[in-house]
Amino acid sequence: MRKLLILMLILGLPSGVLAAGGLKSCGTVECDRVNIDLGDKASLQNGARIFVNFCLSCHSASYMRYNRMGHDLGISEELVKGNLTFAAEKVSDLMKAVMPKEDARQWFGVAPPDLSLIARSRKPAWVYTYMRSFYRDNKSPSGWNNVVFANVAMPHVLYEWQGDQRAVFKKDVHGVEVFDRFEIERVGTMDPKEYDRAMRDLTNFLTYLGEPAKLVRYKIGVYVLIFLAIFLVFAYLLKKEYWKDVH
Amino acid sequence: MEKLLAWIDDRFPLTKVWKEHLAEYYAPKNFNFWYYFGSLALLVLVIQIVTGIFLTMHYKPDTELAFASVEYIMRDVEWGWLIRYMHSTGASFFFIMVYLHMFRALLYGSHRHPRELVWLIGMFIYIALMAEAFMGYLLPWGNMSYWGAQVIVSLFDAIPVIGPALSEWLRGDFVVSDATLNRFFAFHVIAIPLILVALVFMHIVALHQVGSNNPDGIEIKKTKGADGLPVDGIPFHPYYTVKDIVGVTVFLMIFAAVIFFAPELWGWFLEPDNFVPANILQTPSEIVPLWYFTPFYSILRANVYNFFWIDAKLWGVIFMGLSIVIFFFLPWLDRSPAKSIRYRGKMYKTALGVFVVSFIILGYLGTKSPEVVSLFWFKNVFWVQGFTVLYFAFFFLMPLYTKFDKIKPVPERVTWK
Amino acid sequence: MSNEVVNPRRRRLLAITSGLGVVGTALAVTPFVLSMLPSARAKAAGAPVEVDISKIESGQLLTVEWRGKPVWILRRTPEMLKSLPEVDPLLVDPESTVVDQQPAYAQNVPRSIKPEFLVLVGICTHLGCSPDKRLEAGAGSGLGDNWKGGFFCPCHGSKFDLAGRVYKNVPAPTNLVVPPHAYLSDSRIIIGADQRGTA
Repeated sequence: MRKLLILMLILGLPSGVLAAGGLKSCGTVECDRVNIDLGDKASLQNGARIFVNFCLSCHSASYMRYNRMGHDLGISEELVKGNLTFAAEKVSDLMKAVMPKEDARQWFGVAPPDLSLIARSRKPAWVYTYMRSFYRDNKSPSGWNNVVFANVAMPHVLYEWQGDQRAVFKKDVHGVEVFDRFEIERVGTMDPKEYDRAMRDLTNFLTYLGEPAKLVRYKIGVYVLIFLAIFLVFAYLLKKEYWKDVH
Repeated sequence: MEKLLAWIDDRFPLTKVWKEHLAEYYAPKNFNFWYYFGSLALLVLVIQIVTGIFLTMHYKPDTELAFASVEYIMRDVEWGWLIRYMHSTGASFFFIMVYLHMFRALLYGSHRHPRELVWLIGMFIYIALMAEAFMGYLLPWGNMSYWGAQVIVSLFDAIPVIGPALSEWLRGDFVVSDATLNRFFAFHVIAIPLILVALVFMHIVALHQVGSNNPDGIEIKKTKGADGLPVDGIPFHPYYTVKDIVGVTVFLMIFAAVIFFAPELWGWFLEPDNFVPANILQTPSEIVPLWYFTPFYSILRANVYNFFWIDAKLWGVIFMGLSIVIFFFLPWLDRSPAKSIRYRGKMYKTALGVFVVSFIILGYLGTKSPEVVSLFWFKNVFWVQGFTVLYFAFFFLMPLYTKFDKIKPVPERVTWK
Repeated sequence: MSNEVVNPRRRRLLAITSGLGVVGTALAVTPFVLSMLPSARAKAAGAPVEVDISKIESGQLLTVEWRGKPVWILRRTPEMLKSLPEVDPLLVDPESTVVDQQPAYAQNVPRSIKPEFLVLVGICTHLGCSPDKRLEAGAGSGLGDNWKGGFFCPCHGSKFDLAGRVYKNVPAPTNLVVPPHAYLSDSRIIIGADQRGTA
């Protein structure tokens, strides 16, 4: 036991000590925390609505089917068909962007990436912070920039909601310009709390979109572990019973 | 029933095999915790083969389709996500089991006379497993898959004269491409699994020829009772079958916990960069192999100097190759009269401890950029160099420290309870 | 060492453990078996198909795909419809009594909802070839002067009339299948779904 403890200490030590340093978690800033709750159906539904209405114009989620989304999020097939499938013929179609990829490439210089897995390749906190970190920048072709993703080609699609932000930079101890804070230039239709909540819903939905199986796997996992635990009791008793023979 | 058995036994040695390898295979009665990992590694092999077969039904080895077909498995195929996670988690667990199994050998001298062949076959299994894992990792065609394969295959470029031609031949193209993916698929699903199964069979046959070692590192066959059976042996079945079932259940609980609650294991089993399709124009910020290769990856990157007319890159490849090949010589490097760590002196215990720590730290640093300053003002690369020296010292100094080590008297019979 | 004396506790534990083991194995096998069912993609590809039938001229046949199978939509002329009862004596099942071969609403003489429009799965009930269309009557069809029009399977020579009913003395055992279908309007039909739901 003592040896095991020492081993664990040795194992744990470098990861703790060496973890310091490196880049910030969200580009030039630290990511903001986001409360992901896949049990919150209302939030997921709202996120789906925002996603389909705004993101899906340019971005695909081409590994996901509309009817699967509807089924998982408790949206009826009629509702999905009537309100969410602008770009599709059938509810069982994959969620492809309205805008053809080539057009998008010409508009933005890069093809907007597929968002099916964005919350897995980047983290939910990244997505959440990114969506709230656009600011006005006249030097950029789209007129927008982002502190999480410098010189991003994507314009701020939801600026009417959030309003216009200006980024304020300051010099740090080394004389390097670092991001300090945002200042509101023009107020949007949502107050900051509402906008944060909407982006939390969108992030929540994107987390679901990255791995729909997440909705069920925890629950199944609990059952599997309970079954194995019961089996373990009997397997252990059986082993003890047999090993009475061994002297 | 008995008649049927007799009919079969006339034609196939069913009862004989059952007796020789299970019911009358006498294993030492003092197996401890470390003796679970052999059968568990076998279990993981079975899991990988079964899940692999079912993944093959849906996967497409085509650069245009591969990434999407994995997501198809994750979303469109009923229970596909579970089968895929079993396979991806199983890959890492295979290495965990094998590393613990190998560590057991170092603890109790299981690789030593008369079990040298068991060890050598085991080492071939380990190398086949590395090839299997490496090729399997390309198949999802994520960005890390692509660049990982690109980097590792490029290692062959370092070999003088034939290197560049060899790496082109391996890839079937000038870069990792559709041809590479297609052949890696063939190797991963057919060629290497066949070799693995054959080697595992030989591993067990060789083991059963000489009999199992035990935590005391003594031969139970030396002390036989009036019935001609080892006094300290018990039939594998039922005693070790019921015991292994307990081990298997605990293993499955840990395995299931990872699959259902943390299949990515915070990037250690499934890397975030691999959820982006392969992009030949954009290398991930850091190319890192999965954890089970990182100790060797560290050693590969350890040397940054050209010397003896050989450049640093080739030295890296030589050191990495040596760090694996050296394991084959272990049975002959070890000169201690005692096999088990229980009867060995401080020197071997220290050496083994230092080796394990070096292996783990090299593994950890293999996931980090060599240029980053991590601990005590030194860049990672200096730490890697230091621990690489310790890693090799364990092997090269072994004939010395095992010879001069003070050992305790080894008992005639196994210690039990 | 190992005594074969019957030990009730041991036997009981063995029974419980093996019982649970069998249950566990069955549960573990289930996902693998289910993974071989048609996937969401297959189901999406096999979803009902909507077809505009207003463009089909009388006597013409339109082939569409549903679940990877050819589905024929034949707009029959009055002459074609009139010929149907005439071939009854030559058929195996003129009354369409085999229930599985058509929905109840197509279990009638023209084997269709509206007599004019015949909807058929174009797959021979013998061994799954797709029969040739030999719609015109007479010798021009290559099937003799008495041919009233219908379908002829090139694989093994099965013959069907203009309602997809099978002739006697050919290998195919049953009439061609009428898939579930419904009229969305006078000009649009849906194949693969009807009032009772999606097939």
